[in-house]
Amino acid sequence: MERKKVTIDGNEAAAYTAYHINEVIAIYPITPSSNMGEWSDAWSAKREKNIWNDIPTVTEMQSEGGASGAVHGALQTGALTTTFTSSQGLLLMIPNMFKIAGELTSAVFNVAARSIAAQALSIFGDHSDVMTARSTGFAMLSSNSVQEIMDFALIAQAATLEARIPFVHFFDGFRSSHEVKKIEQLTLDDMRAMIDDDLVLAHRGRALSPDNPFIRGTSQNPDVYFQARESVNPYYLKCPDIVQKQMDKFAKIVGRQYHLFDYVGAPDADRVIIIMGSGAEAAEETVDYLTSQQEKVGLLKVRLYRPFSIEHFINALPKTVKTLSVLDRTKEPGASGEPMYLDIVNAISERFMDGTLPFTYPKIIGGRYGLSSKEFTPAMIKGIYAEMKKETPKNHFTIGIVDDVTNTSLDYDPEFSIESSETFRGKFYGLGADGTVGANKNSIKIIGEGTDYYAQGYFVYDSKKSGSTTISHLRFGPKEIKSTYLINKANFIACHQQVFLETFDMLEDAVEGATFLLNTHLSKEKVWDSLPKKVQEDLIEKKMNLYIIDAYKVAHATGMGARINTIMQTCFFAISNIFEKDKAIEMIKDSIKKTYGAKGEKIVEMNFAAVDQTLDNLFKVEVPKEVTSKKEMKPPVSEKAPEFVRKVTAKMIAGKGDTLPVSQLPVDGTYVSGTTQWEKRNIGLEVPVWDMDICIQCNKCVVVCPHATIRAKVYEEDQLKDAPKDFKYTKFKAKDYGENLLYSLQVAVEDCTGCGICVDVCPAKNKSETRLKAINMEEQMPLREKERENWDFFLSIPELDRTKVNLTRVKDSQFLEPLFEFSSACLGCGETPYIKLVSQLFGDRTIVANATGCSSIYGGNLPTTPWSVNKEGRGPAWNNSLFEDNAEFGLGFRLAIDKHQEHAKTLLTTLSNEIGDDLISNILNNQQKDEADIYEQRGYVDALNNKLNELLKDSSKDRTADIKQLLSLANYLVKKSVWIMGGDGWAYDIGYGGLDHVIASGKNVNILVLDTEVYSNTGGQMSKATPRAAVAKFASAGKPVAKKDLGMMAISYGSVYVAKVALGANDTQTVRAFLEAEAYDGPSLIIAYSHCIAHGINMGLAMHNQKAAVDSGYWQLYRYNPDLEKKGKNPFKLESKGLKIPLKDYAYMETRYKMLTKSHPERAKRLMKEAQRDVEEKWNIYEQLNSFEPLKIEEEEKKQENE
Amino acid sequence: MKLETKYLGMDLINPVIPSAGPLSREIDNIKKMEDSEAAAVVLYSLFEEQIEHESLELHHYTSHHADSHAEATNYFPEMEDYVTGPEEYLEHIKKAKDAVDIPIIASLNGKSLGGWTEYAKKIEQAGADALELNIYKIAADINQSGSDVENMYVDIVKEVTNNVKIPVAVKLSPYFSSMSWMANKIVEAGASGLVLFNRFYQPDIDLEKLEVVPDVVLSNPEMIRLRLRWIAILHDNIKADLAATGGVYSEEDILKLIMAGAQVTQMLAALLKHGIEHIKTVLTKLIYWGEEHEYESLDQMRGSICYKNVSDPSQFERANYMNVLNSYK
Repeated sequence: MERKKVTIDGNEAAAYTAYHINEVIAIYPITPSSNMGEWSDAWSAKREKNIWNDIPTVTEMQSEGGASGAVHGALQTGALTTTFTSSQGLLLMIPNMFKIAGELTSAVFNVAARSIAAQALSIFGDHSDVMTARSTGFAMLSSNSVQEIMDFALIAQAATLEARIPFVHFFDGFRSSHEVKKIEQLTLDDMRAMIDDDLVLAHRGRALSPDNPFIRGTSQNPDVYFQARESVNPYYLKCPDIVQKQMDKFAKIVGRQYHLFDYVGAPDADRVIIIMGSGAEAAEETVDYLTSQQEKVGLLKVRLYRPFSIEHFINALPKTVKTLSVLDRTKEPGASGEPMYLDIVNAISERFMDGTLPFTYPKIIGGRYGLSSKEFTPAMIKGIYAEMKKETPKNHFTIGIVDDVTNTSLDYDPEFSIESSETFRGKFYGLGADGTVGANKNSIKIIGEGTDYYAQGYFVYDSKKSGSTTISHLRFGPKEIKSTYLINKANFIACHQQVFLETFDMLEDAVEGATFLLNTHLSKEKVWDSLPKKVQEDLIEKKMNLYIIDAYKVAHATGMGARINTIMQTCFFAISNIFEKDKAIEMIKDSIKKTYGAKGEKIVEMNFAAVDQTLDNLFKVEVPKEVTSKKEMKPPVSEKAPEFVRKVTAKMIAGKGDTLPVSQLPVDGTYVSGTTQWEKRNIGLEVPVWDMDICIQCNKCVVVCPHATIRAKVYEEDQLKDAPKDFKYTKFKAKDYGENLLYSLQVAVEDCTGCGICVDVCPAKNKSETRLKAINMEEQMPLREKERENWDFFLSIPELDRTKVNLTRVKDSQFLEPLFEFSSACLGCGETPYIKLVSQLFGDRTIVANATGCSSIYGGNLPTTPWSVNKEGRGPAWNNSLFEDNAEFGLGFRLAIDKHQEHAKTLLTTLSNEIGDDLISNILNNQQKDEADIYEQRGYVDALNNKLNELLKDSSKDRTADIKQLLSLANYLVKKSVWIMGGDGWAYDIGYGGLDHVIASGKNVNILVLDTEVYSNTGGQMSKATPRAAVAKFASAGKPVAKKDLGMMAISYGSVYVAKVALGANDTQTVRAFLEAEAYDGPSLIIAYSHCIAHGINMGLAMHNQKAAVDSGYWQLYRYNPDLEKKGKNPFKLESKGLKIPLKDYAYMETRYKMLTKSHPERAKRLMKEAQRDVEEKWNIYEQLNSFEPLKIEEEEKKQENE
Repeated sequence: MKLETKYLGMDLINPVIPSAGPLSREIDNIKKMEDSEAAAVVLYSLFEEQIEHESLELHHYTSHHADSHAEATNYFPEMEDYVTGPEEYLEHIKKAKDAVDIPIIASLNGKSLGGWTEYAKKIEQAGADALELNIYKIAADINQSGSDVENMYVDIVKEVTNNVKIPVAVKLSPYFSSMSWMANKIVEAGASGLVLFNRFYQPDIDLEKLEVVPDVVLSNPEMIRLRLRWIAILHDNIKADLAATGGVYSEEDILKLIMAGAQVTQMLAALLKHGIEHIKTVLTKLIYWGEEHEYESLDQMRGSICYKNVSDPSQFERANYMNVLNSYK
């Protein structure tokens, strides 16, 4: 039977099968598995039916723990149920997995396998997570390719129903989950044929039901638990045969035959690699090549890893085998070997022991590869086979890295390549925002579905949220593609942004005669001279073809804006000659219609116009014979950077991190702060320029700047003596810090992202030309050199004395040095100004617990960190534990700091004779209520440290141990500020239990919730902070219930400081809330309105959205300070004047609300009406609170006493 | 007094029609209009530019950040379908037609020539009884001549009337060098009626913020003067029905406009201020006045004080200006 060919990624393949053979799906978003849930939700919303003609229910839970609980419950109630997860998500499911397996419950969990956070988090793929779930009792089935993912999701389901053992069906995160490949799509009839309905009914028959009551999930005692645990053995013993039976059945229906262990290679191989996952594809490709070279090598692909069938395993190996190399994509530190290695050693050894090993006991070596999606290439595989030839091959080796510490790594020839000459190999360098990846996904679809070619697409992103770079790797051709690695021998390279030529050595990977397509604004006469020397050299030496297009010109002329996707795609098809020109145009246009049809005719027309105009603007440039350029590639970091940054960080920035040997990396994940300053990204095409004559010195631009690239300083005139000639300054208007001071506003143009939010909030207008303000956006390039000099000079001007700054005034607070700068957050990010504010107000004594999410990515994703250090060497200390435990993690900081302080105070008393009473009294009596007190305390502590160091020198004193103890603790005598930060996904959902516990603890922690009202980092999934009527993933028809009132829940304790702020609506209230929260000696919670790209808004104007949210009464500004109640005052102060505009006037500024009016107009009206009512009701309650007269506690108490 | 009126070939029960505006966005309001004895309803305008803008905006914001970060392939759920075209408006026409028996006149503001005709055809297919073209052009381009602007109007009217069978009225502004000539050209191009006059939204300046602010000021009764003049001048001079809009508040306004030659009068500000029921109040007073003054029908008074039928037509012309000035002395 001819089945449909589809070009999809692994996540879609898994979701496609799983959706159609399940009834209930409970999920929680986590990279890289999120898309599986999203596909399912989208199909459910479209009312697509499963094989039983029913629409599966898809439910987003508050955590993976929650999702697995819901799965367990649904399974126990008889529904066929699945979930999708990865990494920490799978770990959170483990408790339920033991239960589900212990109860012999049929289920399949589809897992995009991913690294587990250890020394650092990594979103990329390896088997650390699934290996951690080995002991749960789940069967484990591994898919190596996108086709296998679709097939095995079905085989696993058929097998679990028969075996009653639940399955983890896993595949490599990103490499398989995100690889787009042309595959054959299973039909629903295939699924019906594979799934035995009698087994489905039997599953349902085992369900809990009051109509057939029984209990399950008992507590057992020493008398029977053990025996009961052993009672399941027959099921595990039968399981491998059942899986093979289902694989055979699948082969009969579909035609693809799989085995529990599939061997490929020489029938008489002496060296066999054993592997599972996507690496097996590259290994098979290599084995095919090596056997064609008469090498006696083979490969054993492990499909069913648990239950591990020794019999099937031994039978699958060639009897000639002499050396086995077992490759694990995981690391188990301290183990005698990685898990699969140990399984294989055990299997061979057991059969050897009982005398049934059908071949001589082989050498068995184990190796680690591919952690966190590290490349695994034919060159490495060849290197392993070469090692296996040795008399004593290295055991417990690593491949793909240079381990110069414990010398585990194998050498290999990185130049070895077996790429087929028949396969087209293209690399496309794009900007995240220019649509390159989308266009390439589309191209692969067009080729895959429009030709008989095999096709593969894989996409690499950097970790920046603004100005991110993407590299698309596209292969297609007549031969099946098993190359599960990046392209490093390309015959087509496209550079969608000319500026990349200075950063990436992209032609390094070009083969001779390759084609290079460059998007440039320069003409074909001028472009050659603009190219860096290295690019010219490669073009000449490799005899390359050069094509150019001014894609932005075409995009502008056709209304496409900055989206050059369709234009570059058209160029690619025009140059690569995959199709005849007219046919290519027709196919692109068909695809445009399919992709954009639903969004309106205008979009389609615009893209059609772009296609039509592209060919007229695409030119071939004759490559000259001589190199004319002297332009060198840009160094990744300045020469002034510290050594670690120059030697290590710079390599990561340049995309050469793979070459860093083990010895160069910190052993425990500790990195220096303040490194973003060295990564001059120059991504802002336009930057703000200060007009000092118009400026009113309000510093509003400084407070809103998401990237801390616009700063103000006040200083004495004599500081100007070495100023560059263009350095701007003016008289400081206020007298607070003395007479005749100067004021400068300076922009770090090389770090500015050009979001323009500063210009938007600037209140000062040019009186003669009102379109101009005190800051105006201008082209960056002409300013770069002189502003670089100005910026360096500006940094050299001393900071204002913190002890004199009036922090309650916004403009004054903005003279404080930010210790969070140049993050990679999105242009116009709504979160970072709050974080920056914390760093300004308290940064030199702050310790941050950061929940996983956007803030942990732009805050802590290598290569650089925005968390910075002041000139005294102090600054925020930062760590990210997990997503779910951040509040508890931060509480731990507090407990330790308090303990250290308490211990230090005890030691002060113990050493009072040595230290002296005066100093001790000064230290202990300083309340540290403001910056002046803290400055003073630092002085006392410095004196204490000096004293202690002196005492240490005096060996006659027998107090050495105590002195050393106190020396290590003395700094804790200066007040430390604990900040617990994260997004709403953490605070409202996965971390809520912990947050609730921590605010109830009474401990002095400050919790900052950066409320974007969705899971921003994973792509806009609904959280409990998502408002009614807004669209989000898993709420595609608009969220039907109102946002959780987290603030009110915290207020209900009466002992928590709570503030709700929106910087764009009231910056003074924001600054005051932060100051009060920090000053409050107990738990504080600040809920900060954070606009986000997931709202679908103009980020440069987003402060208007904040203001409108407040004006509508939706986002109330308030502060609740329990300290006021103690003074007999109302602790609640409502600080906004809500209900000034209807909610819809705010909401419909944002796509998240507006799109519902386009997709579900009637529902949008109803939900908006309900949301308006929510606002009014809530406002009414808040007003009542605001007018509340607190009980006069003392009078009440007196009255009671009298009675 | 008989109120029956013919407008654009339709038999109306009286000459009062709510004009295009926000009230007709709600079907319940349209029902109320019928209950208050409105003769027909002009629906709010369908703006081609707005449709295009919303479609582009939706596309931009739902796709702008897609595929730019490893953890998020996009930030919004994929919708199977969006109502980004005129569907919502067309559906509204259908709902209005189902809800009431009075004629439904759609209103269209196009941007491109193709857009005008395409949307006009769709409006006709949706069941509208007539179409009012709301041609809204601010001639801000110093390189565009008056005749260019006029030709643009004429072309639109020709294109639309050639493509639909339902009667088409054109809502005009008074800003033409030769209003009468222009009115006639539009009628010759195929318009069955002229709606006088459109009021462009007038911008204001916020002195504190130094910003231009859009400011919607409701019409006031003084505004009917301009309508009176041009209706009186055009009545019987061109072969099209005349509708007055802008400043119509009371039965007196209606009487004056009909005497000047209007077939119908359109009301919006009065209904926003006094409620939809105001139509009924005005009609009651209209009948009372007519009967008190012994009119048999509106037709009897229609055009009785138009340019042609007054003793001194110059009173409707510019010459009259001097008299007005003199009257202040």
